[in-house]
Amino acid sequence: MPQQTECPTCAEPLGPQDAFCGACGTALTGPPTLRDLPVVPSCPNCGSTELADGWCQRCGHAQPRERDHQEHEVTGVAAVSDRGLRHHRNEDAFGVAGAECPDGAPAVIAVVCDGVSSSARPDEASATAVTAATDSLVAALKAGRDPGQAMHEAIGAANRAVTALAHDGTPAEPGRHNNAPACTYVSAISAGGLVTIGWVGDTRAYWIPDDRESAEPYRLTEDDSWAARMVAAKLMDEAEAYADPRAHAITGWLGADAEDLDPHTVSFTPHVPGVLLICTDGLWNYAEAATDLAFFVRADARTEPLAAARALVTFAVERGGHDNITVAVLPIDPQVSPADHDDTLLDVPLPRAAADTDATVPLRRAEPAAN
Amino acid sequence: MASLSKPDAPRFDVDVFQNEYLAQGAREVNAIVTVTATGGGTSGGRPLGAAAPGPGTAVVLVIDCSGSMEHPNTKMRNAREATAAAIDTLPDGVAFAVVAGTNRAEDVFPGNGTLAVLDPYTRIHAKEALHRLKPSGGTSISTWIDRARKLFDAHPGTTIRHAVLLTDGRNEHETPADLQRALDAATGAFTADCRGVGTDWEVAELRRISSALLGTVDIVAEPSGLAEDFRAMMATAIGKQVADVALRVWTPANARVKFVKQAAPAVEDLTERRTEAGPRAGDYPTGSWGDESRDYHVCVEVPAAAVGNEMLAARISLVLPGPDGTTEVLGQGLVRAVWTDDLASSTRINPQVAHYTGQAELAESIRDGLEAHRAGDLDRATARLGAAVRLAHASGNEGTLKLLRKVVDVVDAREGTVRFRKNVSEADSMTLETRSTKTVRVKK
Ligand SMILES: [Zn+2]
Ligand SMILES: [Zn+2]
Repeated sequence: MPQQTECPTCAEPLGPQDAFCGACGTALTGPPTLRDLPVVPSCPNCGSTELADGWCQRCGHAQPRERDHQEHEVTGVAAVSDRGLRHHRNEDAFGVAGAECPDGAPAVIAVVCDGVSSSARPDEASATAVTAATDSLVAALKAGRDPGQAMHEAIGAANRAVTALAHDGTPAEPGRHNNAPACTYVSAISAGGLVTIGWVGDTRAYWIPDDRESAEPYRLTEDDSWAARMVAAKLMDEAEAYADPRAHAITGWLGADAEDLDPHTVSFTPHVPGVLLICTDGLWNYAEAATDLAFFVRADARTEPLAAARALVTFAVERGGHDNITVAVLPIDPQVSPADHDDTLLDVPLPRAAADTDATVPLRRAEPAAN
Repeated sequence: MASLSKPDAPRFDVDVFQNEYLAQGAREVNAIVTVTATGGGTSGGRPLGAAAPGPGTAVVLVIDCSGSMEHPNTKMRNAREATAAAIDTLPDGVAFAVVAGTNRAEDVFPGNGTLAVLDPYTRIHAKEALHRLKPSGGTSISTWIDRARKLFDAHPGTTIRHAVLLTDGRNEHETPADLQRALDAATGAFTADCRGVGTDWEVAELRRISSALLGTVDIVAEPSGLAEDFRAMMATAIGKQVADVALRVWTPANARVKFVKQAAPAVEDLTERRTEAGPRAGDYPTGSWGDESRDYHVCVEVPAAAVGNEMLAARISLVLPGPDGTTEVLGQGLVRAVWTDDLASSTRINPQVAHYTGQAELAESIRDGLEAHRAGDLDRATARLGAAVRLAHASGNEGTLKLLRKVVDVVDAREGTVRFRKNVSEADSMTLETRSTKTVRVKK
């Protein structure tokens, strides 16, 4: 394998002795991977090797792009994103990172965003939000900020970055969506046994315990969606609201035309081992209820988060892949003694009142979709 | 803006306007391609000032000297004055000749089978020679075209080669096949604007010539308008900086180009003008360019692909052939196809495409309407010109609407309700027909 001078994943400069990238954790040694083998790229549609500028010069089909399928794993978190089958590009984006708190304690960060397809440049919006939020979270945690505070700052930073896209001088395309670039947002911080979630829109977080017999999986987020709003306002019951064609219309997003941005955050301390999932609707549309989704989460998800994330993406693709699919899996292993275990609060997320004055969205048990 | 040296070739910007989203199974991709050439220091169509075209430009003026030019005799006099005005508009350094066109073509100036280069001396002699433009004989335009071609050939080294053909009558002393043979030989050798003076000439005939030679056609109903028109044509000609530019359309395997049309400033169907240019590519001639902008409507049928697929439906390039057989790409734009199950996306109509589809329909309605009128089918003529009024009104094509109003009384422009006017003048009817292909751009 040739000497690498920069990380193949994140382009961080490397020293000759580095076995891992210091920035993103990518392993740099080991057997050659497909990436290292000299392959003549050919068109997946017609097999032609005449390719230029991302297009097949024979059949015209767009060639696979970097964002079509992406995987990344760092210590404590793995994520996979896929274009799916019915959209021509991947408008989802994710970021995963490790951070170090001032006391030396490690923290793990994951951010998942879904570009709003009725807005302009949704793919840029999601990528921009992810970068801004990830950078903000790492910096805030390094600076010793409380996770809830860090989360608020990150959502603010992501919103400003996406908002700025609307004013970057890119001309509006006539006859197109001219809504300002926008995306939904969900992110997680796992640090010192505490999990903190923040979200805007209908990207979601789920808690999936290892032992699904004695502990129940939960949805941790409440969508900013038309249906959720109708239910919350008691204007419709859940079945009625979700059967409406407007059910999935979102009522919250990041971007220049997001009025009254209302980011939600929630923190909880898991008491049993499990994984935290954050994902886009491309996944949860196929298994909306936490218990349904849990069925497709590998039993060894906590020790094999990348494999678990891949399996979830594969599941969604096999179900039709109607949307882009992105999921991040954060293994959680509470370092708590059984004596501390409070049965009544077993793995129920606890809004941390002190840090999360705005954690007003009521958390509820996710009901199975059927029956 | 003044520049004394020949500026570099202009920069070509290519913008593509389309709705790339197709429903499942859909195959037709439409796009409007806006090509804007901007170059240093030329005047474009504006009055000349100090801009200098340098030695690259050659102009041949062919003036109809058939017997009918003396009826009325102001026609010949005005044609002579217009020729003088054209000579005065051209700057020193331009190579030029004046030809008297009858049933044969005779060099009037310089008269030695080649072109003269304008300088203060040749300018005076050229104008003196114009008294040799005298009406006598018939009209065989193929001889005019042949003579212009030979004159350009005799003066190699010019890049912009432009002729003006002025006639007052039909091409009646030869067969259409003669004319076609001359056009075939001249195509690509030079460009030409055609002008009909009076109302005894045939619009379709001149349009055929100007289309083949990538120039304009217009009517000068009153001979007194000739001088100004000639000045304007010369200003445009010397604003041209690059000739023989082609629109190259690459399409993927198993795709078919349904049509390629210039859509602005006037409708000009180029579909049949394709010459193959390598695998899956064809060139469509666009002639010479100064500082100007043109729109093209490209329609391609591609093989259907599943929802979620994205395809390059066409790559549109502006290319300039080099002397050594190579081509220089001056600008490029991409036409895409994306299959989606989102109906809101696939059913959206691109406003540019819709607009130029309407402008092409407008031109066609006028042509049909006037044809029906000539054939005595007043009902059809009224219906077609009514449709034209509606389209012109809806698209804001005020110029064409004004011409239509001279032929029909408009009862309701929005609905296209019209009545044929009594005693429509031949000049108004021909002006409408000649200028029917002029389009306007999308209202902002
Ligand atoms: Zn790295
Ligand atoms: Zn191919």
